[in-house]
Amino acid sequence: MEHSPPPFFNRGPAPLVRLAFFASLSLALLVLDARFRYTEGLRSVLALAVYPLQSLATLPAALAERVSGYFVSQAQLREENVELRAKLLGASQAAQRFEAAQAETGQLRRLIGAADRLPLRSTPAEILYNGRDPYSRKVIIDKGSQNGVGAGSPVVDENGVVGQVTRVHALSSEVTLLTDKGQAISVQVVRNGLRAIAFGAGSSGMLELRFMATNAEIQNGDKLVTSGIDGTYPPGLPVATVARIERDAAYAFARIDCRPAAGVESGGYVLVLGSGSGRTAYPEEAGTEGEKRLGKIRRKDPDAAR
Amino acid sequence: MLLGNPTSAQAILLPVRAGTILASLAVALLLNFLPWKNVLLVPDFVALVLAFWCVHQPRLVGLGAGWLLGLLIDVGNGVLLGQHALAYSLLAFVAITLSRRILWFALWSQALHVAALLLFTQGVSALVRLAAGAEFPGWGIVVGPLIGAMLWPLVSLVLLLPQRMPADVDETRAL
Repeated sequence: MEHSPPPFFNRGPAPLVRLAFFASLSLALLVLDARFRYTEGLRSVLALAVYPLQSLATLPAALAERVSGYFVSQAQLREENVELRAKLLGASQAAQRFEAAQAETGQLRRLIGAADRLPLRSTPAEILYNGRDPYSRKVIIDKGSQNGVGAGSPVVDENGVVGQVTRVHALSSEVTLLTDKGQAISVQVVRNGLRAIAFGAGSSGMLELRFMATNAEIQNGDKLVTSGIDGTYPPGLPVATVARIERDAAYAFARIDCRPAAGVESGGYVLVLGSGSGRTAYPEEAGTEGEKRLGKIRRKDPDAAR
Repeated sequence: MLLGNPTSAQAILLPVRAGTILASLAVALLLNFLPWKNVLLVPDFVALVLAFWCVHQPRLVGLGAGWLLGLLIDVGNGVLLGQHALAYSLLAFVAITLSRRILWFALWSQALHVAALLLFTQGVSALVRLAAGAEFPGWGIVVGPLIGAMLWPLVSLVLLLPQRMPADVDETRAL
């Protein structure tokens, strides 16, 4: 203790030591987050601390929008009104037909003893801002777990599927867009019911259908809707339109690019649908069942031998 | 290159207040969280302000502050937890190491150093993400740091302003 410096010269551990400490702490967090997803608790606590700043940051844009809203010309409003009325007319007609069809479907389902499909619960939400991560495609919406939004819920706008909620905070949640490279959605061609899986194509803002045979019956302009067999997205939501097909006999698969139906990269309001409504459990696979039985028999065998 | 004290450094500065540092970092966080249209063109304000305080007050602001700010940015941006924390810790370390050197230069020459610092920070982030399996978003990611470096003289002027103001103007002083 005699040789230690007096306390007013003491500057704590050397910078290199501190760097080693904080860098290893960060690396540990990175591994925990990327590999094991153990950091959600810490993340939600910090998210609550950041939320006031985040909501404050959205104020200027909201204010600007409100101010510019005052200066919308009358002609523009009238035009929009007419357009909306026409849309409403079309929509109500479709809704009437839908109601009739739904009643009919319900009757038929009851006839065959199938479970009624539960009506979808939906939460309207506003897109606060684009995710600021250039390595992924996400948006942040203003509804969180307090509003009943759950991780995995599909997110749609008026034209089709936008993406999926991938992380839920108390008052906001992150939506990964369909165009993100790591996002996949099971789709069906409306024209012929062909099933496929659409993957995000990343920065181009498109989707691509992978693993479709070169001779698959698909053509430009085909509409793709959700097939519903993934249990995440309800069936029949518009997803994309086929924009470009490259068939090359040298490859086993065709290269198919699709343009998303919804304003995936733009738009201000979305609907968060309730996830996993009325999904039945997966049946046990025949192979594992057989193995279990075999195992039982094998286990029984020694007993029998004794 | 002109070596020597720029005129601004010759003025004796008042001691910095903790409130100034906290307020500037909060404003930088706010600027980072603004809903920008094109993320690639926006400089990382938090990294810039953190570098500023690490260079000017290496004993007050350092690796711990950088690490914590990095965590906040990670959560706010919804990216891999620890990505910015690691990058900002490294940024703070290099900035503290270079702080005695950087302050000898004029503001625009300082900006060159800062450009290297911010590019390094962005590079660390990119390496972490690429290692985690993301796709490379293109060379546009170097634009933000360069714009940030161009803002350095402005940031220096603004953030040193509270220390330049006279604490107590004595009207009756003889000299």
